[in-house]
Amino acid sequence: MDEIQRRLLLEVADLHEVPEGAYNIRANSQSAGRRSTANIEITSKTEVSGLEIRIRPGTRNESVHIPVVMTESGLKEVVYNDFYVGEGADVVIVAGCGIDNCGNQDSQHDGIHRFFVGPGAKIRYVEKHYGSGDGKGKRILNPVTEVYMERNSTMEMEMVQIKGVDDTIRTTKAVLDAGAKLVVRERLMTHGVQQAVSTYNVELNGEGSSADVVSRSVARDQSFQKFDAKVIGRAPCSGHTECDSIIMDQGRILAVPGLEADHVDASLFHEAAIGKIAGEQLMKLMTLGLTEAEAEEQIINGFLR
Amino acid sequence: MLELRNVSFQVDEEGKEKEIVRDISLTVPERKLIVVTGPNGGGKSTLARLISGIEKPTGGRIFFGGEDITEKSVTERSRMGIAYAFQQPVRFKGIRVLDLVRIAAGKTVSVGEACEYLAAVGLCARDYVNREVNASLSGGELKRIEIATVLARHAKLSVFDEPEAGIDLWSFRNLIDVFRNMREAIADSSILVISHQERILNIADEIIVIRDGRVDRQGSREEIYPSLEADSAEPEACERLIQAMGEKEGDA
Repeated sequence: MDEIQRRLLLEVADLHEVPEGAYNIRANSQSAGRRSTANIEITSKTEVSGLEIRIRPGTRNESVHIPVVMTESGLKEVVYNDFYVGEGADVVIVAGCGIDNCGNQDSQHDGIHRFFVGPGAKIRYVEKHYGSGDGKGKRILNPVTEVYMERNSTMEMEMVQIKGVDDTIRTTKAVLDAGAKLVVRERLMTHGVQQAVSTYNVELNGEGSSADVVSRSVARDQSFQKFDAKVIGRAPCSGHTECDSIIMDQGRILAVPGLEADHVDASLFHEAAIGKIAGEQLMKLMTLGLTEAEAEEQIINGFLR
Repeated sequence: MLELRNVSFQVDEEGKEKEIVRDISLTVPERKLIVVTGPNGGGKSTLARLISGIEKPTGGRIFFGGEDITEKSVTERSRMGIAYAFQQPVRFKGIRVLDLVRIAAGKTVSVGEACEYLAAVGLCARDYVNREVNASLSGGELKRIEIATVLARHAKLSVFDEPEAGIDLWSFRNLIDVFRNMREAIADSSILVISHQERILNIADEIIVIRDGRVDRQGSREEIYPSLEADSAEPEACERLIQAMGEKEGDA
């Protein structure tokens, strides 16, 4: 691994060294290191590019890191990673992709992640996307996340894309059985002429299932974002989506919240708010000694925390 | 410390010029606690906004420490040593109480130091340092945090716009102690409080009464305070309301 790859790894997975527990590091479409543990087995798929990650039932307090870094211009890859999480397991999964593109050809990573979450299992999933490099080639990430949740399982997803990704189409699909609980916290910032589309389709099929999808985003310069969140309630369940956005400069945001209740005891709720930074917030921080630019930075950093 | 010379402030309201502050001249001396009082709508809050730089006067000059600051920005005035507590504190998503205290202090204060500022306004710091300054806080909590951020600035001039507004009774007692302590600890600084509260008026060195955008009268507490009871703002407003209701009933 070279310096740039190390830097990307730090950005997307907070990794300075090889992580504890199970991991697979993918660098420029090659495996740059892998470790399975007694409870977590990582194997390569044979027909397509990607991994199968099997987590034994009852595995607790373990983590899996599967970061991806790309530093060669013009690489295009589609990777299929499947996670099979055994009953009652409680683990942290850290994914994420960093692209450094100094060349003139587009670099693209499309990660298709599927999670099969067993009964009562609990997952915390963290995914960070980051781009750098001053080449003309675009940095493109199109992640697809599919989550199939069995009875009483829990999944918390934290998805962050703050900097440097030119184009992204993010698709998240979740299907929940009885008592399952999905929590999503998405944070997104776009600048320049970047485009980001984030689509959610959450099906609450089982009694007592719940979903809480919250997106906070900032669109600066001439960037464009679309947030399209649909929750379908087919049982006594509760669903909430929220899109809270700040626009700056000539940024544009389209929020399309969607709710579909197919059961009389489905309780669904959405919120969407788009606006520029409130003048009084800037003013307050300026009375504390910050310049207008510093105040903006503080407000955005807090908002995207 | 602070001097206003013939300061005026006009706004354009539906094509008509409205004078909110008319030719006000006043001085806030060093090591004094000045309370500005007077009827609502008389221009008191505008005065505070003119001092902090949020509004620019349409006439007159403002001096701070002998320097003309009329054209200086909010940031510059803040850095020169003017602190300002808003009447209606601002909410922020994601910014924590600790962050705000740190920004106010202008340096990295430890959690322990931040806690002292919060304790000074009667907040159990442990419960608050990591809370977000957002809608989950009550009006009274926000108000106290607002005051704590001004304390953290250790400013030469601290301006408080109706610190008692929106505060519950328990907090109010605490608030009086905060100002009493500030008054005692006053060294090379001054405090200007906009207030209707007699307990705050009671600890003033000087009282300035603003009415219809002008200084109605000013002087030591001993001189001004007795005359306030006669024309306190609230009864006047109540009287107007009663009168207006009477007129309506008369119409019916």
